[in-house]
Amino acid sequence: MIKTEEMMLNVGPQHPSTHGVFRLVVKLDGEIITEAQPVIGYLHRGTEKLAENLQYTQIIPYTDRMDYLSAMTNNYVICHAVETMMGIEIPERADFLRVIAMELGRVASHLVWWGTYLLDLGATSPFIYAFREREMIINMLNELSGGRLTFNYMRVGGVKWDAPEGWIQKVKEFIPYMREQLAGYHSLVTGNEIFLNRVKGIGQYTKEDALQYSLSGVNLRCTGVKWDLRKDEPYSIYNRFDFDVPVQESGDAWARYQCRMAEIEESLKILEQAAEQFPEEGEILAKVPKIIKAPKGEAFVRIESPRGEIGCYIYSDGKKEPYRLKFRRPSFYNLQILPKLLKGENIANMIAILGAIDIVLGEVDG
Amino acid sequence: MSGEKDLEQLKREAVAKAKAEAAAKRAAREAGQKPAESAAPKQEETPVEATPAAGSGAGDADDLAKKKAAAAAKAKAAALAKNKREGIADEEPAAEAAAPAPGVPEAGAGDADDLAKKKAAAVAKAKAAAAAKRKAMELAGGADQASEPAATPEAPEAADAGAGGDADDLAKKKAAAVAKAKAAAAAKRKAMELAGGADQAAEPAAEAGGDDAKAKAAAAAKAKAAAAAKAKAAAAAKAKREGGAEDVPAGDDEKAKAIAAAKAKAAAVAAAKAKAAAAKGGAAGAGAAEAKPSPNQPYLDKYVKVIEENMGSEVLEDFYINKLSKDVPTLVVKREAYFKLAQFLKYNELLGFDYLSELHGTDFETHMEIYVHLYSYKNRQSVAFKVKIDRNEPIIESLQPVWAGADWPECEAYDLLGIKFTGHPNLHRIMLGEEWVGYPLRKDYEPYDVEV
Amino acid sequence: MIQEMLQSSPGWFNFIFFFIFGLVLLLVVLGFVTYSILAERKVMGYIQLRHGPNQLGGRFGLLQTVADVLKLLLKEDIIPKMADRPMFILAPVIAFAPSFMVLATIPFTDRFQFADLGVGLLYYVAVSGLTVFGILLGGWASNNKYSLLGGARATAQMISYEIPLVMSVLGVILLSGSLNLNDIVHAQKHGWFILLQPIGFIVFLIASTAELSRTPFDLPESESELVAGYHTEYTGFRWAFFMLAEYVYLFAMTALITILFFGGWMAPFGFLDFIPGAVWFSLKFCVILFLYLWFRSTFPRMRADKLMEFAWKILMPVALANIMLTAIIKSLFF
Repeated sequence: MIKTEEMMLNVGPQHPSTHGVFRLVVKLDGEIITEAQPVIGYLHRGTEKLAENLQYTQIIPYTDRMDYLSAMTNNYVICHAVETMMGIEIPERADFLRVIAMELGRVASHLVWWGTYLLDLGATSPFIYAFREREMIINMLNELSGGRLTFNYMRVGGVKWDAPEGWIQKVKEFIPYMREQLAGYHSLVTGNEIFLNRVKGIGQYTKEDALQYSLSGVNLRCTGVKWDLRKDEPYSIYNRFDFDVPVQESGDAWARYQCRMAEIEESLKILEQAAEQFPEEGEILAKVPKIIKAPKGEAFVRIESPRGEIGCYIYSDGKKEPYRLKFRRPSFYNLQILPKLLKGENIANMIAILGAIDIVLGEVDG
Repeated sequence: MSGEKDLEQLKREAVAKAKAEAAAKRAAREAGQKPAESAAPKQEETPVEATPAAGSGAGDADDLAKKKAAAAAKAKAAALAKNKREGIADEEPAAEAAAPAPGVPEAGAGDADDLAKKKAAAVAKAKAAAAAKRKAMELAGGADQASEPAATPEAPEAADAGAGGDADDLAKKKAAAVAKAKAAAAAKRKAMELAGGADQAAEPAAEAGGDDAKAKAAAAAKAKAAAAAKAKAAAAAKAKREGGAEDVPAGDDEKAKAIAAAKAKAAAVAAAKAKAAAAKGGAAGAGAAEAKPSPNQPYLDKYVKVIEENMGSEVLEDFYINKLSKDVPTLVVKREAYFKLAQFLKYNELLGFDYLSELHGTDFETHMEIYVHLYSYKNRQSVAFKVKIDRNEPIIESLQPVWAGADWPECEAYDLLGIKFTGHPNLHRIMLGEEWVGYPLRKDYEPYDVEV
Repeated sequence: MIQEMLQSSPGWFNFIFFFIFGLVLLLVVLGFVTYSILAERKVMGYIQLRHGPNQLGGRFGLLQTVADVLKLLLKEDIIPKMADRPMFILAPVIAFAPSFMVLATIPFTDRFQFADLGVGLLYYVAVSGLTVFGILLGGWASNNKYSLLGGARATAQMISYEIPLVMSVLGVILLSGSLNLNDIVHAQKHGWFILLQPIGFIVFLIASTAELSRTPFDLPESESELVAGYHTEYTGFRWAFFMLAEYVYLFAMTALITILFFGGWMAPFGFLDFIPGAVWFSLKFCVILFLYLWFRSTFPRMRADKLMEFAWKILMPVALANIMLTAIIKSLFF
């Protein structure tokens, strides 16, 4: 009689596929996971505590470092929260710049996901292709904000810098190029039998599970819930643009893959329209007091980041610093379903499932 | 800056309205309470005359004991602080009554009242002398006091009658939706008054007035601050924060006041009206009618109606539209009903909040608060619901069994704020690790390791 | 010449001769490994829009791998405290030795061959199967969970894929009527076996990729799952031995495919005979090698359970069917 025993395996905190310092303690029966326990907090920097002693404008750079793959949306969410509280009207040009920056960020973020996910699955080349396009976006955002990863671009009431000359033209030129590349991605990867084998039916969950576990963004849309805050609770000027919310029904990694790829296209649509309608002239910063003081009270706003619903709660006691700041970080919530998904899967699927959730550890740990 | 001025204007208006409203109500109440009151002074006379400090303290202690046994140990300190404060509180209306103009002085009185309260809690230095003097005066006039407070509220009320009538009309129009809340609030207040004992019996008038005043105290304070002494308001806020630690032991009354003040503060910013609705059923009518109603008001009404129909009117401590937060309907639930209400919100057919968008705690020094933002994908509608919990013993039911998504956020709240969630399957320090000392997001957190 | 010496009576001369010849081959193979690694990096680099090594040794980075090997030699040799020390040391040797042994039987040209064994093909398959012991041993001796998983995966994979690998060449053996690699080459005088055995070739190519643990079958050392698989704990030259074994197998397998399916050193057409066999061999060899490199930079990785399924449920039946088909064709047309 062969006696087998379960093996505890620490995946991470240093592991090639955890996308950062994330640890997963898994119990293995052979290669089958019987139990998984995520351990997070390695990158916890206490952003919320720090923010209690910072003025609102000073908090913005900290938000860059949460979801460092789409720092623009993070910038936006804090500015949006303060603006909502203060009732500030944003100049049109600033709104356009914000939307363009955010959508470029979304495309860049999805590209990174696409590349790293395929790297997780063992395909090395797509990573580099994705980074080629991302590099162009990063360069554009660099021209706009002066930063490549942590932009610190937005301010309460608008944006910090106006678009340099010819920048909108660059965005316009980028769109058809990106579409072309996207078609290339599809022909390279999307139809690949091995790839389909790795993602179809993997990490499947139902709509009910997704809602129960507070999943958001693509992780929710892949189960058939048509929910995009850009569309359903329009903020900024998203209601001016015509775009779809890609939805899939199956709720597996394949559905998430398709959703993200389609979202790149939708973002390009938004970019196209935004670049087209971009106002020639205009202010980029509303008239706001020198020292920003949110009125007393609390506010919770949420917007759509590439990873899902990012929210910002502010309780202000009327000072120039928030009394309490809390970010609803989508990766943090999305990751909760992981132990449930991993039960009974093998190690190879573990990577495929974790990757498909699309987490950024800076955001998970706050 | 002009916007701010408008705000001030609005606030002042709101204050006036609320005051008128309160006055009207007081009149109504007094009519009913005359017998009780006539008896009350007699009762009160003895304690006040004999040992004034103990007298008012005892009355309070009753209240305290009833609502918050945990603070019993500090009752004495509370009593002392309260004694002082009440002295002022009682005395203020008198001054108010004497004042010729109804509006400004009363606002001033409210402000002073609020201030004094805060000061008493903080044992602020600046006005200590004055306060002590006033207190002494008041104590000396103890016998008079018994009858005077009863009379005092009537004076401003009479002066305000015209405005009050106006507001009343407005209030009546809106009454349908708010009536219930009003009744609840009234009942609550009455219960409080009765429990308050002899001392309270004399005070209710002042209390009622004070209550109203309290509710809008901050608003008043702000109005005044803008007009005259901004520094004072700042000092008050500061005093309040500093006194935070003391506020808790100071007991239920103080806490309620602080809460009301905090609430009123938020309200003041929100052009005072939605808040008035929250703080005071009656004033809501005036407030909501005054500003244009929020598009989410029907939702709030619906939620409240459904909740009250099914769970009774006791579960909700408060409800209002949070104008600052994209008009999200906000419910403040009582501690005991928290879990039940959560379940109700999720499983009720009409509400169906199937998605937990956010859960976190906040340390307000006087108390802790859990903020939960829910969303219903069925109805495409959000709600925020909050619960206040004791800061010294932050324990509350876990929502994890209702929404699995509450798992980690609760761990986070436990880790950073020390709120314990009962019934949570795996409550652990998710960010900092089990060996971390202290709860960093608490306002009084001191890093254990000085190097950090 | 070698053949004669093999059959002559043993003596010091023979010994020294073979020793020197072996050494030369070893160096040649090492040279090949060095440059195949470089080729791999260059090919992958260009596929991935970059240049690959281009600093050391001229603008093609010709000395890059040499430098890498030097670095590996100089690296501190770490043996984990809890490792099974003797096994840990022995494992790379066991893994490497067979990879070199199989080279003996491969005819690079009509002259250049060490041992013209009658059962050359069988010898190759049998000896190459030994490597798996080294890998399993290394995985076990490391006392690391990733290593153990990697070792177990490698064992399962190599044993499974050896079967379709052998089955697929049975068609070739049927057609040529011999297990001798020289005979097989000569049997392709009038047509390469890839034309007669296309199914066999495809099965063999897939199975050989799996045998070599290369993408898409690189599960034993799948870096995104098992960190580095069975050699997670190995450093320095011990690690280099595993790598060496891998690349020598790549060399051997490519050579074997050239011989089995592409006519070895023989020119594709008679009139091209004036070009030496060695050139033809290396040309064919390079094409096939490129194929492997191409695979690596294109495919994602298979999943462990699917991999086994693929071997047993698809490749095996296909290979069996191929044998049947070949037998029928052989009896009908030859």
